Amino acid sequence: MPSRNIDSGRQQQQLVSHLRRLPVRERVCLLRAMPLNLALKIELSSLYVHIVGTWRLLLGALAFLSSVRLWRTQLKLLAGRFGTPVLSYFLFLRMLVLLNLLLFLVNGLFLVLPRALDPLAAGDNSSLLHTHSVLHLLTGGGYVAHSVMFYGYYGNTLSGWSCGPAEHEPEANVSAPLNIAGQPVCGPQVVAPVSYNTSLSYLFTVTSGLFITSIILVYSISQYFGRRFCVFPSHGKLAGNVFCSWDFKVTKEMSVQRQSENISTQLKEQLSEGMCCERGPGFVRERRRLLRARLSAWAACLASVFLSGLAVYHLADHMHDQGVMASVEADLLGESRLLALPTVVSTITLFLPGLFHLVSRVERYDSPLVATYVSIVRNLLLKVGLLGVLCYHWLWRIPSEPERYGLQCWETFVGQELYRLVLVDFFCTLVNAFVGESLWRLFSNRVLKRRRRPTFDVSRHALELVYGQTLTWLGVFFAPLLPVVQLIKLLLLFYVKKTGLTLTCEAPRRPWRASQMTAVFTALLLCPSLLGAAACLTYTVWTVKPSSACGPFRRSPTPLEGQKLLLWQTVDTGADPKLGLFLSAS
Amino acid sequence: MGTTASQLGKDLLSEYQELTFLTKQEILLAHKRFTELLSKEERSHPNPSVPIDTLLTLPELKSNPFRNRICRVFSSSESKDSLTFEDFLDLLSAFSDSATLEIKSHYAFSIFDFDEDGTLDEVDLEKLVNCLTGETDETRLTPQEMRQLIKNILEESDIDKDGTVNLSEFQHVISRSPDFVSSFKIVL
Repeated sequence: MPSRNIDSGRQQQQLVSHLRRLPVRERVCLLRAMPLNLALKIELSSLYVHIVGTWRLLLGALAFLSSVRLWRTQLKLLAGRFGTPVLSYFLFLRMLVLLNLLLFLVNGLFLVLPRALDPLAAGDNSSLLHTHSVLHLLTGGGYVAHSVMFYGYYGNTLSGWSCGPAEHEPEANVSAPLNIAGQPVCGPQVVAPVSYNTSLSYLFTVTSGLFITSIILVYSISQYFGRRFCVFPSHGKLAGNVFCSWDFKVTKEMSVQRQSENISTQLKEQLSEGMCCERGPGFVRERRRLLRARLSAWAACLASVFLSGLAVYHLADHMHDQGVMASVEADLLGESRLLALPTVVSTITLFLPGLFHLVSRVERYDSPLVATYVSIVRNLLLKVGLLGVLCYHWLWRIPSEPERYGLQCWETFVGQELYRLVLVDFFCTLVNAFVGESLWRLFSNRVLKRRRRPTFDVSRHALELVYGQTLTWLGVFFAPLLPVVQLIKLLLLFYVKKTGLTLTCEAPRRPWRASQMTAVFTALLLCPSLLGAAACLTYTVWTVKPSSACGPFRRSPTPLEGQKLLLWQTVDTGADPKLGLFLSAS
Repeated sequence: MGTTASQLGKDLLSEYQELTFLTKQEILLAHKRFTELLSKEERSHPNPSVPIDTLLTLPELKSNPFRNRICRVFSSSESKDSLTFEDFLDLLSAFSDSATLEIKSHYAFSIFDFDEDGTLDEVDLEKLVNCLTGETDETRLTPQEMRQLIKNILEESDIDKDGTVNLSEFQHVISRSPDFVSSFKIVL
């Protein structure tokens, strides 16, 4: 057996001299990576100069940063009972929680805090004017619409006026605020506050939040590639399966037994596949039949995607019609009709993938990996199609004629739509997790007569997470606090999924390549999801005309144009560029 | 070099942090769990060791079919029947999140080498498959299936055709499987 001790003193000398020649960091890494006894390593390390204290401090700091301790015990119990595939889903969820927390901190610090602290809140700040109701929390209307949650609350340059010793020209359009008697509040006791350019900071904050997120995602994907992974399935590699299939994380007795059963089934299947390869006439007929089945399955899925896209398009058209919008403002009942579109979209995105799963049973792909990729592609097509239709409405039709829809502030409306979508998606997931899955379990036990519980479909649930995160990223420009809503939703979702899993499901039976799949889902988070949201943001900022009645860009032809004009003005008036872009008087 | 079971010195702690793949919190937790396994008298010894039977009562190892092999591989005592704290840290380090593929595959090879002769021959492979498939009659492979399986494994992995799988051949097979690193993990 390969020894954990070094046999001779000479070998030890050779090792020590080799270590001495290396730079400090490499020395540590090399010694750590040797499969030797720890006692021996300690002895070896005492033979050369000890590592400098600062290096130890750095190691400690790095270790602290990388050890995220949220839900550590629960994750360990989940892994012990269900194994690595289910754990990878919850780790993915945890990563999304951290990303949303980051966005919340960035937006909160640079957008919400200055706005909330501003004593001269421009615009209507009297929340007493608007209706208060619990329904508004769900629909984003009433007092919520005029709160810090949505775009419309953020005015243009704060406090551009000054009555004290003026260093900069006060903006012509913004006059000093009036007190109750209608007289301007001025006087030596009022000092010109530092002005904070909301429009520039808004644009910059939202963009940099998304940029930092993309860097983090690219970094985590690169880590997977750093571990020498091969994308393509290695067919029939029995040796690899035998050596690598045992999941050491599984600790519960029952789960260990189940794992043994699964491995045994898998090995027997692979052996029988390898043994029978007769290619008689029946084989060709069988392949033709399979080809027909697969083509019809694809046709069915594409047709359903197209039909649902069409349905959502017409429903959105109907909902956004002026008649409906007008009636909505009237009463609470009308406002709850706004929930119709999000409910339909969420129902389609939750239940149509189940249909795809049923359809995929007739296809019988050779390798489970190919089947997984096929189902991912179909799910993606559905979600991209639906979101594409909705974005077309929100970013093209509505901004081009906001009067047709009776909207004063179309950005707030789009923010509200996304807010509603995120919330309704959560409620539908709740209903599905408890009611839907239990019903399915009853159905499969009684009607289909299966003994085992339904398995937890990791790819489907992971794609739902990607979809929810896409909605958040799309909406962060129109509703800066949407990451908070998503954060709370994900925190609750953890416990909901954990309970649902424990009550109704069991671990996947087929082999699941956890690290490869996690890399695929992180890549999906980057490529259609974040990049799509960034593309929509770029389009909005570059070409769409902001509404003139609200928001930080109300005076610009497009948000980006406004910032360019602002920067030129700053340069022209000779303000000190070293103050930084966030401190400028317009 | 040992440690009194009451607490770890700071220097020792940072030394362990450098030389293993464990973080500070993991080392402290390991120390706590190790100390709990010791009897009252043993805790005052300079370098206490825990007999393997006691270590196997840990919930993380209790149901693992490879538990005996794991403990034997990491034991540094002559009779291979007990583990010191440093052996325990070695074990956790090899099974930790940040351990490299080389370390994990090295120790996996040692664990699967049941007769400890430095290679995986047919007897080792048979015992390995029996550990994987479990104890019950339904899940065990039939003798023909076992022979076929071992033949296939040797065909795929035995590059020098000597009838056994040595360490480098084993590591070559493992390197083609990206999930090995995530499944070869034990967390306290």
